[in-house]
Amino acid sequence: MNKIFETPLYPYYQSVDQTASAPAHHSVVVIGAGPVGLGMAIDLAQHGIDVVVLDDNDKVSFGSRAICFAKRTLEIADRLGFGDKLVDKGVQWNLGKVFFDERKVYEFNLLAEDGHARPAFINLQQYYFEQYLVERVQEINSETPKIDIRGKNRVSAIMDHGTYSALTVTTPDGEYTIHADWVIACDGAGSPTRSMMGLDFVGRVFEDNFLIADVTMEADFPTERWFWFDPPFNRGQSALLHKQPDGVWRIDLQLGWDVDKEAEKQPDRVIPRLNEMLGDDVKFELEWVSIYTFQCRRMEKFRHGNVIFAGDSAHQVSPFGARGANSGLQDVDNLSWKLAHVIQGLAPDTLLDSYDDERIHGADENIMNSTRSTDFITPKSDISRVFRNAVLDLSEHHAFARPLVNSGRLSMPCNYVGHSLTGEDALTGGPARSQPGMPCPDAPLDNRYLLSKLGGGFTLMTLNTDAPSLQQIEGIEIAQLELSATSDSNKTLGERFLGTAERAVYLIRPDQHIVARWSEYDAARVQMAVETALGKIQ
Amino acid sequence: MSTLILTPNIPNGDDFYEKLLNAHEGLSKEQSDALNARLILVLSNHIGDMDILEQALEAAKTAGQTS
Ligand SMILES: Cc1cc2nc3c(=O)[nH]c(=O)nc-3n(C[C@H](O)[C@H](O)[C@H](O)COP(=O)(O)OP(=O)(O)OC[C@H]3O[C@@H](n4cnc5c(N)ncnc54)[C@H](O)[C@@H]3O)c2cc1C
Repeated sequence: MNKIFETPLYPYYQSVDQTASAPAHHSVVVIGAGPVGLGMAIDLAQHGIDVVVLDDNDKVSFGSRAICFAKRTLEIADRLGFGDKLVDKGVQWNLGKVFFDERKVYEFNLLAEDGHARPAFINLQQYYFEQYLVERVQEINSETPKIDIRGKNRVSAIMDHGTYSALTVTTPDGEYTIHADWVIACDGAGSPTRSMMGLDFVGRVFEDNFLIADVTMEADFPTERWFWFDPPFNRGQSALLHKQPDGVWRIDLQLGWDVDKEAEKQPDRVIPRLNEMLGDDVKFELEWVSIYTFQCRRMEKFRHGNVIFAGDSAHQVSPFGARGANSGLQDVDNLSWKLAHVIQGLAPDTLLDSYDDERIHGADENIMNSTRSTDFITPKSDISRVFRNAVLDLSEHHAFARPLVNSGRLSMPCNYVGHSLTGEDALTGGPARSQPGMPCPDAPLDNRYLLSKLGGGFTLMTLNTDAPSLQQIEGIEIAQLELSATSDSNKTLGERFLGTAERAVYLIRPDQHIVARWSEYDAARVQMAVETALGKIQ
Repeated sequence: MSTLILTPNIPNGDDFYEKLLNAHEGLSKEQSDALNARLILVLSNHIGDMDILEQALEAAKTAGQTS
């Protein structure tokens, strides 16, 4: 079978830059065509910016890495124009089961809140995610060529010249040099850009190995997430079984620290382990087997002048809680509009410092959550194991202990409450979930969902009130959305945005985070909030 | 802020103490450790107040220090 991760998706071609007499100059070069680099290119293109993407490979992610994509990622994908593909192909699940030793200690139903266009999350192989991104790039280019993906173009040197950077690129036809005003390094956890610039990447290594196997089987395991602590088939360790599309199952087996990684990866070791786990009568085929050691770490700063890091190159987490790609897409969401506004002369360069501020905050939150999950799953001291097992034993009998069981926490979108771009909260009685800094909650409208009505720019949303038609503020188009909510119509909208207030005015950023809110329209205050969101007021 | 009670609060302390030891009767060290851990979790949940729990952690920590 010709797997999609074996077919070149963006094959090498010789670009005119390679034979140019002087280095070509580009506005933005993205290094790396993983989920983050591709997402960044699409978002920038949608903001009107031309982008060159360089990748040392020419295929989607080899084998499967990420499988859980959270609701916020799906919403960002909607904005980027490929959300439907993800949801159509992805597997949705609600039921999780937790096993301890030989017992099922409890099960839970995610019961996601109603009134959102997108589910809490889906399971999907990372290679599909990347394939759909590439297809979206092609779709954008078929209208106006904006994104130039260059496969087999490895960045082998970077020289910072202050206002621009010079990149040396190695290709099958030799080396060439290009210049870029802005470089976005999305070159993954091992980021060569980071190393070439001599930058730090500190944090914690979890001294443990995990065997990650994707297997195809025709078993009728239900579409549920099963997590085992200390099961008979993997004594003293943990295990996970999770469904992906195409009859593929993700299996994680904790192996411990002192193992021979090469030997453990061989089918003669892997297959008996899986037989023990799945039962001898279950037929399966290995799609992919790898062994990982997990780490939680980040760069001290993500912005280094005109070189900006995003995704795994800037921060890395253990996969429990599915925060890697999900947080990388939030980096995209955060950086693209800011960079576009700076390039277009609509915002000061210092707006980009808020990317550092907001996304370092996001990274720290993700590192904290992933670290906690990893500590629960792989206790590193006798006493932490004693407490872990106590929680599991209690969870079988008492509901109170179940929220303490931590086999990975659902990735929730990060909020920027209290950060520098966040404006005033002047809506008495307004709900906490939609306070300034929060990502705008979705809500059903008559025939669509709210988030699908927010375009790619700033939006002034009025509920049960109106605002005069705005032209531009600070040279920026402000879209207007007039809605009403009563106890009969758009009730959920009212619950999520009015609370006990009768009317409300919201200013929403291009990445759908709420800037400020008021109980009525006031031109001067809206003006000030726009300036705040553009980093013009410190 | 609520305050952790650090004055006598169990009506019959000796009874309680006996029950506590009885619960560990015949258990191995490992089983006792597990029981203690479960007990801490059950009680902590009953308290359910982070201020109190933090004060309790602090009180337990300092009382165990030698100097
Ligand atoms: C087992 C496992 C399970 C995971 N599960 C989840 C999950 O469920 N949910 C989730 O959100 N995340 C998960 N992750 C994390 C997720 O895979 C990563 O966070 C994600 O791939 C990061 O994307 P990225 O674009 O930043 O980097 P990458 O995907 O690593 O892409 C980097 C790109 O840069 C290119 N590159 C590198 N060096 C150069 C160079 N010198 N020049 C040009 N190009 C270069 C590479 O070829 C590559 O294409 C998991 C990871 C693992 C290992």
